[in-house]
Amino acid sequence: MTIVKKTFQSEGFRHYIDSLKFSLYTCRRPLDGFWDLVHEKRGSLAAAHTIVILFILNQIVYLTQSNFIWINIPLESFSSVFVLINILGPMLLFSVANWCLTTLFDGKGRISDIYMGWAYALVPQLIIRFALTWLSHIVTWDEIMILVMLWRISDIWFYLLIICAMKQIHDYSMGKALLTTILSLAAMGIMVFIFLMFFAVVSDGIAYFYTLGQEALFRIRRG
Amino acid sequence: MKKFICYALVAILFVAILPTSVFGAAARSYTYSYNEWGAPIPSPDAYRVSAYILGQHLYFNGENIGAFHSPQDIHVHGNLLYLVDSGNHRIIIMEFFEDTTFEVIDIRTYALRNGEQTTFSNPHGIYISPWEANYGQIWLADTENHRVLHLDENWHVLNEVLHPGIYGISQLSPESDFFPTKLAVDFSGRLFVQARAVNRGFMEFDRYGVFAGYMGAPPVEITPWDQLWRFIATQEQRERRLLNVPVEYNNLSIDHEGFIFGTISQVTDNLQPVVRLNMMGDDVLIRNGWAYPVGDLWYGQGADRSGPSEFVAVTALPNNNYVVFDRNRGRLFAYDTQGNLLYVWGGPGNREGFFTMPAALDNMGFTLFALDAGIGANFANLTRFDLTEYGALVNDALEKYHQGLYQESYYLWHDVLRINGNFGMAYTGIARNLLRLGYYREAMELFRYQNDEINFGRAFGFYRRIWMEDNFWIFVVVIATLAIVPAVVKKILKVRREIRES
Repeated sequence: MTIVKKTFQSEGFRHYIDSLKFSLYTCRRPLDGFWDLVHEKRGSLAAAHTIVILFILNQIVYLTQSNFIWINIPLESFSSVFVLINILGPMLLFSVANWCLTTLFDGKGRISDIYMGWAYALVPQLIIRFALTWLSHIVTWDEIMILVMLWRISDIWFYLLIICAMKQIHDYSMGKALLTTILSLAAMGIMVFIFLMFFAVVSDGIAYFYTLGQEALFRIRRG
Repeated sequence: MKKFICYALVAILFVAILPTSVFGAAARSYTYSYNEWGAPIPSPDAYRVSAYILGQHLYFNGENIGAFHSPQDIHVHGNLLYLVDSGNHRIIIMEFFEDTTFEVIDIRTYALRNGEQTTFSNPHGIYISPWEANYGQIWLADTENHRVLHLDENWHVLNEVLHPGIYGISQLSPESDFFPTKLAVDFSGRLFVQARAVNRGFMEFDRYGVFAGYMGAPPVEITPWDQLWRFIATQEQRERRLLNVPVEYNNLSIDHEGFIFGTISQVTDNLQPVVRLNMMGDDVLIRNGWAYPVGDLWYGQGADRSGPSEFVAVTALPNNNYVVFDRNRGRLFAYDTQGNLLYVWGGPGNREGFFTMPAALDNMGFTLFALDAGIGANFANLTRFDLTEYGALVNDALEKYHQGLYQESYYLWHDVLRINGNFGMAYTGIARNLLRLGYYREAMELFRYQNDEINFGRAFGFYRRIWMEDNFWIFVVVIATLAIVPAVVKKILKVRREIRES
């Protein structure tokens, strides 16, 4: 009992709660918020992980529990793993690609800072999608435009937050932040391409040696 | 004991034989449809083969008429069926009776022009007017003779439609030949011809056989990639590349309202394989179904067949449903007036009810005739399909449903569902009646089965309003609480502070 109490009262836990609360501040005051997030140590990786996990869980709920007039996917072909990859994939790829790029252009951010920035930028989407899930059950087809509008707002909000995060984390000007963000998107594409090519080449290589071995085996067996 | 074992063995043998003899006979055709997710699902047979006619089976004046050779068109007029036996340069006229029997009543190999015989050469299309103005007159696309013959009931030539020459914006140069293949005539006597190598739509001739122009050209599709290529390419490259031209129609038929149904054997994004043209040449086909009427939605590869359906013929039934014939897989697709897919049947093969080279389709009431041109001189046949009980039931229900008589269709839809629980429109039909009667909750559930967002929203709107009226006190309580509680709390805090300060 005392251990639990101690954990709750410890400095680390209080910082974790504060950094979680701080995510709401970054949504409202992104320029100020993202500066403090890394430079004043007001954010934490633990909070970032929490947000990402919540976002993934919420996305699963959003996709499965929304009314069918809003989101209609056949549940037999729905996969939580796919949702997980869909969210984590771009996030981690972007973190790596952006870090690779910004270290060359004297960006101040570390890879964990970029990850944190992205995670904190997900918060408005998290909240709005949670609301959409339940709102979709009380609207008719004619009122679905309201949901579409909310959904668009959450998207635009996310993009703005990402750009602000890039600007403040790397201590860039706005133009440079925009440019590096776009370039890191291109870098993501290149990384995916190299991954795919690598796997294709490796599987072809394996297939080549496999058939070679089989051919040899056939000849040995025939004597 | 020995006796018992003997009986048991006989019983087992009998049971083992029984199912094959029962089910083996039943599985003569396969009918399917697509559900609301676009996945194929089995359906009961709506049409069954009632006659499978080969030329070798037919006799005229006591003589065998011989196999059909690559027949290309059929046309139904009353209870007569005109079969264009193209390879044998003859027209076979058959009479069909109520009890699915039939007989050949005439074979024509020539028409009379000023008392002289003029023979046909590889004719490809025929049309017999059902209209009042020129009832019973015959138009024949005499393809290799480069003419369309306009004949009266006794096969006397009234007019010969030849190469349109330089009239209008004729696409055919005077040197190139005119190969009319399919044709149709509307109630005012205008003639619509599909000719080989003409892709500006149907050629339209007035009632005197004078070329009047083209109608209903399919839209040309230019992709951004094509545009980019045209921008980059040199003059020579541009000339060497295939011209970007519209696709040709391959068949047409006129429904009883005078609209022209046309088919194109190609599916792309902005090109529809079935069109219904009004007299201006605009496509007025209703496409309200879950998917556009394009034939198969799922298609695999195999047995030399791949890609989407390629329509070669279309016919409109008396209730304005229409059936299209797919050359790629030998299937028949039935759609209702709103463009919902009802059922698909047929398939590739040379059994009865299957097709090797689909060529033409026509209907006698709700009875369908499908013509298979065969490959080479083999398997050319005419297949007669008759409605089953299930097909008739669906037609009845649809007729009531599309007239807006939801209550009458309600019971019919239940009957349909008893035979086929997969029939999606039945759920919508029932739900519409429930919606009208005020059973919103039940209607919502049924609309949900069909992914029908719009009607679901409509039912939900009513449901929500009633719910709000019934539970209005909740809103009153919530609003009151929100208004009163903070004020009370504020007051209490204020009093406490005053007490403390005093």
